[in-house]
Amino acid sequence: MSDMTRRQFLAITGSTLAGSSLALLGFSPGQALAEVRQFKLSRATETRNTCPYCSVSCGLLMYSLGDKAKNATQSIFHIEGDPDHPVNRGTLCPKGAGLIDFVHSPNRLKYPEYRAPGSDRWQRISWDEAMERVARLMKQDRDANFIAKNADGQTVNRWLTTGMLAASASSNEAGYITHKVIRSLGVLAFDNQARV
Amino acid sequence: MALQSLDIVRRSATTTHPPTVRKAQTGTVAKLIDTTKCIGCKACQVACMEWNDLRDEIGTNVGGYQNPHDLTDQSWTLMRFAEYENPARGGDLEWLIRKDGCMHCADPGCLKACPAPGAIVQYANGIVDFQEENCIGCGYCIAGCPFNIPRISQRDHKAYKCTLCSDRVAVGLEPACIKSCPTGALVWGTKEDMHQHAAERVEDLKSRGFDQAGVYDPPGVGGTHVMYVLHHADQPELYNGLPEDPRISLSTRLWKGVTKPLALAGIALTALAGFFHFIRVGRNETHESDEQAAAQATERARHG
Repeated sequence: MSDMTRRQFLAITGSTLAGSSLALLGFSPGQALAEVRQFKLSRATETRNTCPYCSVSCGLLMYSLGDKAKNATQSIFHIEGDPDHPVNRGTLCPKGAGLIDFVHSPNRLKYPEYRAPGSDRWQRISWDEAMERVARLMKQDRDANFIAKNADGQTVNRWLTTGMLAASASSNEAGYITHKVIRSLGVLAFDNQARV
Repeated sequence: MALQSLDIVRRSATTTHPPTVRKAQTGTVAKLIDTTKCIGCKACQVACMEWNDLRDEIGTNVGGYQNPHDLTDQSWTLMRFAEYENPARGGDLEWLIRKDGCMHCADPGCLKACPAPGAIVQYANGIVDFQEENCIGCGYCIAGCPFNIPRISQRDHKAYKCTLCSDRVAVGLEPACIKSCPTGALVWGTKEDMHQHAAERVEDLKSRGFDQAGVYDPPGVGGTHVMYVLHHADQPELYNGLPEDPRISLSTRLWKGVTKPLALAGIALTALAGFFHFIRVGRNETHESDEQAAAQATERARHG
């Protein structure tokens, strides 16, 4: 034993000291601090709307990218219940709670499509074509089947061969307008689920 | 956000004391799950995925309402469905539905078992949160959890579980699941208020013939910040194996308790013994005669 020289002893203690000093100077991994995930809605644009599914018509808060600045394109990234809405007071059902994937669904219908009688596929058409076709078919049917007077000669002005199914989540005002349009044509079969 | 650490009361695998001057002066938070009001609609499951930007795989139907089959790294909460034929009511079928997920124990087994510094923290408001960037994916938190909650992701090999929406709670909001619940089976507030609400519910249930109705806030883990109202508080196992008296397992307690100082003492004693052996006996030295004997032995071995 006692092979260690004075020089070796100094070298070992010196390098140990240097190593621990380096660690203290910040070359060792720092203490990781914990934090919660940043709140993602802080300055997002909040928009009120009504759930599109059933006639309960729960109130929604939709959060979209940006603050409506001219150069920011809005895109909804979160939807939750509206706590100020008297119908649901912030709650939602599983379908409503998952609306964000409905908004961004790749299967979402974004434009009018038409499937010809006997065809097995849908084809995209323009809004003008769609409106014109619907209007033309409605007019044809109405011209052919409109009943102005009944058998007793009383004026009835009814059109019984076409029905109208309107939205389930319309407001009273939208329901009122839909009602006026459809009744003025003489349609009797009409469901608007106007319960909002 | 480094100052956030001031609201941390416990930190995994850390011997230095976390700054604990700040306390939850107005009470800790708690989620109360009233299984007697739950209809199993799973709005909470959807709201959880939506808020936390998770999307689980579309699984397969195995003939029940429970979907997915188990908690995953993407499904932090799960409605567990149990069908119970109650002998006390002539074998009537009771559909016991329990929202499963992290219980946010006051004495968290996951945090105790975790060997990665700062991978699991406990905030002053009672939330137990995983910090995935510090997680080493060892899975000890799963072994340490008395409720079998954390799940390791196969994608990044880190552990995930319910955060009690710590990001929402930090800005004063309720967790996403609580907000969505359409029947009011999930309620949120201070732990004190939730106990009060639970007591009212239990009283109501008892008046309706559920004599064993009660609150589940197991003392074995120091109480939890997620509590249940159960119709059968005397038999929590009925609810898909909710443990009656959950405790941190003995192995975890021993391993993180007495074993550590004992092992440390063992290492120190070994080093000390080595040192004394060195100065008393000295190193093992060989002489010329030893070398010759070894050479002769080698020769003999070589030539038989």
